[in-house]
Amino acid sequence: MGKVLVVTSGKGGVGKTTSSAALGAALAQGGAKVVVVDFDVGLRNLDLVMGAERRVVYDLVNVIKGEAKLTQALIRDKRLENLYLLPASQTRDKDNLTEEGVETVITALKKAFDWVICDSPAGIERGATLAMRHADVAIVVTNPEVSSVRDSDRIIGLLDSKTLKAEAGAEMEKHLLLTRYDPARADRGDMLKVDDVLEILSIPLLGIIPESMDVLRASNLGAPVTLADGQSAPAKAYFDAARRLNGETVSVSVPGEKRGFFGKLFGRKAA
Amino acid sequence: MTEVLSQPRPIRLKGRSFLALSLTPELPFNEWLAGLDDLAARSAGFFLRKPAVLNLEGLNIDRAQLRGLVDELSKRNVRIMGLEGARASLLDADLPPAMFDGRPAADFEAPAVKEGQEPAAATVDETPVAVERGQPVPSMVVTQPVRSGQSLIFTEGDVTVVGSVASGAEIVAGGSIHVYGTLRGRVMAGTMGNSSARIFCSKLEAELIAIDGFYKTAEDLDPGLRGRAVQMWLEGDKIEAEQLG
Repeated sequence: MGKVLVVTSGKGGVGKTTSSAALGAALAQGGAKVVVVDFDVGLRNLDLVMGAERRVVYDLVNVIKGEAKLTQALIRDKRLENLYLLPASQTRDKDNLTEEGVETVITALKKAFDWVICDSPAGIERGATLAMRHADVAIVVTNPEVSSVRDSDRIIGLLDSKTLKAEAGAEMEKHLLLTRYDPARADRGDMLKVDDVLEILSIPLLGIIPESMDVLRASNLGAPVTLADGQSAPAKAYFDAARRLNGETVSVSVPGEKRGFFGKLFGRKAA
Repeated sequence: MTEVLSQPRPIRLKGRSFLALSLTPELPFNEWLAGLDDLAARSAGFFLRKPAVLNLEGLNIDRAQLRGLVDELSKRNVRIMGLEGARASLLDADLPPAMFDGRPAADFEAPAVKEGQEPAAATVDETPVAVERGQPVPSMVVTQPVRSGQSLIFTEGDVTVVGSVASGAEIVAGGSIHVYGTLRGRVMAGTMGNSSARIFCSKLEAELIAIDGFYKTAEDLDPGLRGRAVQMWLEGDKIEAEQLG
């Protein structure tokens, strides 16, 4: 049985789709069979970031409505044979996602893949709640600024109350992925510091992705940054995050600082 | 020409409990009403302008009977402000609203019997029952952070949070509020009219604090107290605050 991972944030534009694609590709490069599911029905982007936009025939809504089989809708990545994409529909709206339909699809995917990564839409409405509904693990993507942090806090509250795991009385495993971190701006005080974000959200840190042109360049190339340029700083940070997801102990380094911050940051699991 | 900006007057919304006369009618109603008439005859105006609540617990009546009773009472200048213990099927738009969570208080003293008059059949307990004291005050303890968008409402007593209260989260308590962590959200203490309620926190970053309906936003709080362990209480209609420890 695979693990269902939801990548969520509440706020839009913080890097959910970029992170879903990058982590998916990183996990797949480690040998796992991975599928990334785009839940952003009506505003799909994952196909572009993964460079599969010209190969989409069927999508998630088609599968849920019984208009296509799951195997017809899955798109295999051209670079990694164990990385797949289940695209969202661009023409339908989120009302087409039904609770039963999503459950059927997720259950089927769990049987066939090691990781089912659900790329959540922004917001706290139907699309977002259905994306997190069946998750075993959640990644909360946050930018180091106050509005993103508050929205993430809201999402953590929902993860702890609206997911199947939470409703069954179990604790949802949550990780913080701090993206678009700019050490220079954090030093000037224009951005929240890593410690401040961790103190407010009090969930364990999965990684810090530095703000970088490499991410934008990779998106425009249609490749996850972990595939486009594996040696770039953001790619390395995503690879480390993927290893931590697999249970490895890897020290977290704050971009712009030389020494490892494992003891100080990743070690302080709270809440 | 200078125009003096007047201070905006905030609208105060808060819960408050009042003492009301609780009447417990018994079947058959005409006999009970006769007893009531007798009581009223001994003291004209006993019921006048007094708020009264009808306690219908254990009464097996229908809506028409209830309507009749309320009409009969209003003929006698008894204004019913609410119904206690009424089944939902008895309630209607033209009937008084349902009331819940009534607490016992000292009994109203029935008017004394005038000389030369026979004691009425309807007897009213004249010995006042002492207000129950020493009841345990309920409290609520939360050991997780209160997240943005979450709202804790506990009007019965104190709320203690072992953790932080996030920006955009809200706590409403009938008693005091204790936050062993950073208070970034909104907290309202003493909302049921308890002016002795206090707010305590290990680190003050609150968006809004209120005690018994008086509130202060982050802007009105003393900037010197930000980020500190603080307690806040009400003195008259002013919220006072001081650093703890």
